[in-house]
Amino acid sequence: MREVYAIGLGITSFTRLEYPVAEIAAYAGMMALRDAGIREVDHLYVANMGACRLNHQSGLASAVVDSLSLTPAGAETIENGPASGASALKQGFMAVASGLHDVVMVIGAERMREVNNLEATDFVATLTHPLSEHIYGVTLPAMAGLFTRLYMEKYGVTERHLAMVAVKNHAHAMDNFFAHLHEPITLAGILDSPEALTNNPYIADPLRFYDACPVSDGGACIILASQEVARKQGKPLVRLAGVGQATDTHAVHEREEPTDLLAVRRAAEQAFRMAGVTPQDVHVAELHDAFTILEIVESEEVGFFPKGQGHLALERGETRLGGRLPINPSGGLKAKGHPVGATGVGQAHEIVLQLRGEAGNRQVKDARVGFTCNFGGFGNNVVCLTFVRED
Amino acid sequence: MAVDLERILRPVDTPMPSFPPKFMTLAGGEEMVIRQVEREEIPDILPHVEKLVHVERDFYDIVAARVYAELLGYHCHRVQDEYVLVAQIDGELAAVVNGRRMNADQGMSYHTLSLRRGLRVGAHAFAAKMEYHMDILGQKEVFIVAESPIGFRRWMIEYKLEKRFEVAHELGGCPSWSLTRGLFEAARHDLVVGRRPVPEHLLAKAKAAILKPSDPPRPPEDLLAATRSQNDPTGTALMLHAWALEGRK
Repeated sequence: MREVYAIGLGITSFTRLEYPVAEIAAYAGMMALRDAGIREVDHLYVANMGACRLNHQSGLASAVVDSLSLTPAGAETIENGPASGASALKQGFMAVASGLHDVVMVIGAERMREVNNLEATDFVATLTHPLSEHIYGVTLPAMAGLFTRLYMEKYGVTERHLAMVAVKNHAHAMDNFFAHLHEPITLAGILDSPEALTNNPYIADPLRFYDACPVSDGGACIILASQEVARKQGKPLVRLAGVGQATDTHAVHEREEPTDLLAVRRAAEQAFRMAGVTPQDVHVAELHDAFTILEIVESEEVGFFPKGQGHLALERGETRLGGRLPINPSGGLKAKGHPVGATGVGQAHEIVLQLRGEAGNRQVKDARVGFTCNFGGFGNNVVCLTFVRED
Repeated sequence: MAVDLERILRPVDTPMPSFPPKFMTLAGGEEMVIRQVEREEIPDILPHVEKLVHVERDFYDIVAARVYAELLGYHCHRVQDEYVLVAQIDGELAAVVNGRRMNADQGMSYHTLSLRRGLRVGAHAFAAKMEYHMDILGQKEVFIVAESPIGFRRWMIEYKLEKRFEVAHELGGCPSWSLTRGLFEAARHDLVVGRRPVPEHLLAKAKAAILKPSDPPRPPEDLLAATRSQNDPTGTALMLHAWALEGRK
């Protein structure tokens, strides 16, 4: 296999955007082309979950390749729920690594706020099992609430730990211009004060308002290329060194231990093995914190901390900027936002930015190994990526 | 014979009890004081409201323009029984809410203008306004309208307001919704917060001066940054869904 490098980055604000989804994607693509200093690519992959249903736009990649004037390059849309972004990056990786293409563009884009919140929530709930979960009214917040309650009982995670994740990620997002939420919050405001229950009401007990990510629109793009192309570019050499993917049962109750996210564990193992690194070698990570509990659990399942002890590392300050292993320096899904199809590419965008040394006030010092975990469904399809700075 | 025109033009105000100030902790950890202002303080508020007339997003322009006029109406004694409450964070103006006592039993809510986005600042200020009508003035209902989808979600949906479309709202040309005493009591536990008395240092800071907001609403800077739709369907969808569950029409 050839080595694959990230040579161009582009991103929109993750927020509410009043533009068609194809334009959101194209904007991120344009920024990446400018960053890479190129005008052509061999192929385009567009990650998206909801354009057909939410935006009446099927064949999104076909629309975007034309919007960017990149025809006659090949183009296809990749859909893997909220893991669409990392799945598309995996496809792009394979295209370059195999020698099929030298330069590919991977865009993730979503416009969820074209519909109202009820429709958006119901749409995301289609990830759940149609006969044993969705039909009973299960939504992703509800699923996360059930999971959180089990995790609290088994490992002693508390509402305070969940709130600490939210406070940390909101603080990180203050230094991210493109983040959805620029809103510093405190434990006093969302947990301890007499007004906390109004400021931070329960949405799916024990999860509260500030435990869930916002509904966002947005797009992100990474251009991947061969080593030969990357070396000519003159930018810091950041290699997509490891890719891992694993699946689990569709219905959560069919898992042997519902508090284990085995797909995360297995995907991470593959990504680390391929890159030739261990979890302890990672300097910065972007984990899929659509709900605050997921950051804690994923940090354990990928191997950063022992199972059941992620919340203790959080208490010790290890996962904040300046700590031993900053997690979600971008603000994570919690504060940066979660346009589902774009998220995996957005996570990778942040890691490449960090490894290039271009993250500004949220730069993790001397970051050379970065990791992302893009969590599809409720942990039934997970894609992990490992990036390494080479020069 | 000289005529004192001011006596003719100025409506006679009904004596109204003052709003007892309160404070609360916001999600960001800051403490916000909500208090009533007298006419002498209105000129200190007007410049901050005027800036928002030029913010063409989220209906800031129309709301600020109307609030500006209403504040002048209060200041110049041209609106009967109007009151104005302000919310301040560390002395900085965070929100302005106002309304009017129509009669002993009914109030007319005018506007809620938030100068600090997020953190439920506007929602807390609105709740204080309703507390004034219900608990302090002892009224039975308050007529309310909303210009923006955000307002619609915060008032009509969160408080489950009743339609009173036969009542023309004083803002002009729009039908009213009503917060009844029953609806207020049902919402009180979840939505009406705050503590009294306000610690002396907080109240003194708030009364010393109404300071310029440090982070007021601005037009978006980035090409693809947030803009709000004029036709946000979320509010009406949520309302219809809730009404369907309650069997309301």
